[in-house]
Amino acid sequence: MGINTLNIEEQGFLTTKLSEFIRWAQRNSLWPMPLGISCCAIEMMAFAAPKFDVARFGSEFLRFSPRQSDLLIVAGTVTYKMARVVRKIYDQMPDPKWVIAMGVCTSTGGMYRSYAVVQGIDQFLPVDVYVSGCPPRPENLINGLLKIQELIKKGVPPKRDPIYI
Amino acid sequence: MKEKIIEKLNSTFNDDIVEVSEFRNELTIVVKKEKIVDVCKFLKDDPELSFDYLVDICGVDYYREKDRFAVVYNLWSLKNNFRLRLKVFVDESDLIVPSVTGVWSAANWHERETFDMFGIKFSGHPDLRRIYMPEDFEYFPLRKDFPLQGIPGSIPLPGQEKIKRDIK
Repeated sequence: MGINTLNIEEQGFLTTKLSEFIRWAQRNSLWPMPLGISCCAIEMMAFAAPKFDVARFGSEFLRFSPRQSDLLIVAGTVTYKMARVVRKIYDQMPDPKWVIAMGVCTSTGGMYRSYAVVQGIDQFLPVDVYVSGCPPRPENLINGLLKIQELIKKGVPPKRDPIYI
Repeated sequence: MKEKIIEKLNSTFNDDIVEVSEFRNELTIVVKKEKIVDVCKFLKDDPELSFDYLVDICGVDYYREKDRFAVVYNLWSLKNNFRLRLKVFVDESDLIVPSVTGVWSAANWHERETFDMFGIKFSGHPDLRRIYMPEDFEYFPLRKDFPLQGIPGSIPLPGQEKIKRDIK
């Protein structure tokens, strides 16, 4: 962000572009919707809890309501029956919104090569960042969050679903 | 305990007990399909045996010409601390087994699961619907001839559903 910091100390104000200011606010207050549907959810709780403390990056506010959040963390195995629920939660979130696919089950189906498990949620959701691991360490999820922040900083728009436009 | 069960069943049901076998101290009794409800009722109501706890019902697919499927009932007598396994063979041409929901109401969901996974129908069941898979699913996933990864497109994902609706 092209902030002229000299002015803060001398005159008490700073100059920047409005779009960059908005992006700065956006990326430092991502409110996650924690969709914990299996064991990855435990690591996601650790990610929000004091030890790993995602509050350092402005995302401590797990909302549990899709209407108040702008980052969907899908943490766990998504079955075909669950897919429509995940999609509904995503559809209820206000724009702009980002999606993290946390763990291998969510990203590719993982070890569940089965008739019941969706082999990757990108078959029905636009995913911005994939986090590897089974389950990923909380640091890894924080890394995923930082990746999203980078995308926002660069001004990359969130991925969109061609079907739903 | 074993001898008592075998003796009682043999004297009451005679020809309807097909086979009695024992493996590692586990007693398995194969019963004729038509008599399963009577046998269960007898095992539960007999004051000495009192098999009052139905632990599980499940299906087996042996994938063979005759008697392809089996339904297995695991019983437990709390009074005697004794476990018993009942088995019923089902031919593919006649996939109907009498329901034991009248004996143990716990059988309700177990039978629904067996129906969902193997397509074995239970006559007299109060609510025989699928329990795990979506209701419009057309296959029985635990059968041996069902592909492990499923049949692509058999369960529509949210976006695909919309495409279908738009075409209609």
